[in-house]
Amino acid sequence: MFEATAQNRSNRKVEGLFRLLFLWMTCMLILPVALILGVLVYRGGPAISWEFLFTQPLDNMTAGGILPALVGTVWLVVVALIASVPVGVAAALYLSEYAPDNRLTRAINLAIINLAGVPSIVHALFGLGAFVIFFRFGTSILAASLTLAVMTLPVVIVATRESLQTVPLAFREACWNMGATRWQTIRKIVLPNAISGILTGVILEVSRTSGETAPIMFTGAAAFIPFLPQGVLDQTMAMSLHLFVISTQVPDVPEHMPFGVALVLISMVLAMNGLSIAFRVYLRGRKKW
Amino acid sequence: MPEVAHAADRRDAAWWIDRAVQILVLAGGLSAIVFIAGIFVFITREGAGFVFDRFDFREFFGSPRWTPTSSHNPTYGALALIAGTASVTGLAMVVSVPFSLGAAIYIGEFATGRVRETLKVLVELLAAIPSVVWGFIGLSIMNPLIIQVFDVPVGLNVLNSGVILGLMAAPIMTTIAEDALKAVPDTYREAAEAMGATRWQVTLKVVLPAARNGLVAATLLGVGRGFGETMAVLMASGHSINLPTSPFDSVRALTATIAAELGETAAGSDHYGALFVLGIFLFLVTFAINFAADVFVRGGQRKHRRRGRRPAASANP
Repeated sequence: MFEATAQNRSNRKVEGLFRLLFLWMTCMLILPVALILGVLVYRGGPAISWEFLFTQPLDNMTAGGILPALVGTVWLVVVALIASVPVGVAAALYLSEYAPDNRLTRAINLAIINLAGVPSIVHALFGLGAFVIFFRFGTSILAASLTLAVMTLPVVIVATRESLQTVPLAFREACWNMGATRWQTIRKIVLPNAISGILTGVILEVSRTSGETAPIMFTGAAAFIPFLPQGVLDQTMAMSLHLFVISTQVPDVPEHMPFGVALVLISMVLAMNGLSIAFRVYLRGRKKW
Repeated sequence: MPEVAHAADRRDAAWWIDRAVQILVLAGGLSAIVFIAGIFVFITREGAGFVFDRFDFREFFGSPRWTPTSSHNPTYGALALIAGTASVTGLAMVVSVPFSLGAAIYIGEFATGRVRETLKVLVELLAAIPSVVWGFIGLSIMNPLIIQVFDVPVGLNVLNSGVILGLMAAPIMTTIAEDALKAVPDTYREAAEAMGATRWQVTLKVVLPAARNGLVAATLLGVGRGFGETMAVLMASGHSINLPTSPFDSVRALTATIAAELGETAAGSDHYGALFVLGIFLFLVTFAINFAADVFVRGGQRKHRRRGRRPAASANP
């Protein structure tokens, strides 16, 4: 009954061609990166050992390990999280649970988009002008982490807002009808149902924060500090800056070392992201509504 | 959120806590505005001295001579830096816009089920690679490759950083463009398919025109990303002051100049102030780009809300 006409056949051929073209374009985005990661693993893999990860750098960073950089990155990330997660979750709660559709809300949303879009080096200038100089924190973990916190705030806000909005309105309405206040509803109903989604956002922020370089260059990270930080007012080394320094600033670094650092850094970041994605997929499968 | 029915005057502890929380979360929301304003205020505060004492509009935008460390006659012409940033970003967009939109169309309109989910996850992972790692890739993998393939003496140039930047910006553009395609109501597609159109015809004649605003926004955000990228451009562009005439010229970007020079300047000096002025310029341009992208996204959403269902997603970051 439905005989394919010549027109139909040629249409289908055109469709097939475009399908292939777009598939090819997609692959062209992904394959080069896969290839590059392969090269990183191939050339950086041999550098990695327990010693590399857990000893001090030696001989002007041309030998030894990366322990202070690893520990420094952990410090920076933890302090940044402590600063930004409460603020980000509060902002997301406001936007999702309280905000009316008015000018102020639109301004907040625009500010969030811009916080995410302002160049990282401008965040660095801000961190220097505000935290290092104006608030007199000096170049310290505190100043660097606060800079990172401001920069990654949108990550927390957006992830939290999305996860709050997946909680059905009916849940809230049921609770309000029992006479609960807005906050009681949020604490007993909304947050428990959204907490895992918020957690994926936090993991994502850890990943973003640990890879950033420019914002910490002038605010608290240093090229070489031969001991581990003792508190938030110390300067520190960091993985990302360490990679920059040994690949551009230090002469005679054996080739496998920067590749090793790059591999460790990218493994950390991708592992965090993978964890966040896996968590999200798991949650989606488990959702009861 | 619909209005809650207010319980008849019940100002007990729970009520007061509720009030306090409401103020707290409002403060959280306002913090985003405070921070973005703070960024502008603090970089302007540090750059103000230079703007009043030394800044010369014609020199800044008209002269390619950036010699802040010269002892007898320091000049602050940002033209070469702007040209550097523009050439690298331009090449990156030429490389990545077609591929990102193509990938978005494949993921959004052609791929289904597991393939689609896998591709989305892969694109998301690409976006996670830190910029310093991209810079290192430009330095240690692309550099020798370009020298070998094109037989040029130096491989750190517009081509290298443009390709790196293109690969960096592509995942973001793909994600936002795909969101824009997803925001086109299915009723549009169903109507076209009912008329006997193939998937490609539907995409070309119906989905792409309907999603045009969102796609423009995706491209703009990609431009913004390229414009503001720092470490990758610093490491892969060659970092030498040049008005580029070919993709094989080394250039220097605005962002990279700040990153490379700020550590060596004395706070309060002209040079220091000039770097903050570059920062103000970067801030204003990216603000304008993000604002424009937001306007386009909103325009697109409003259109669909009028004619079809509510969109499934917006292009927020």
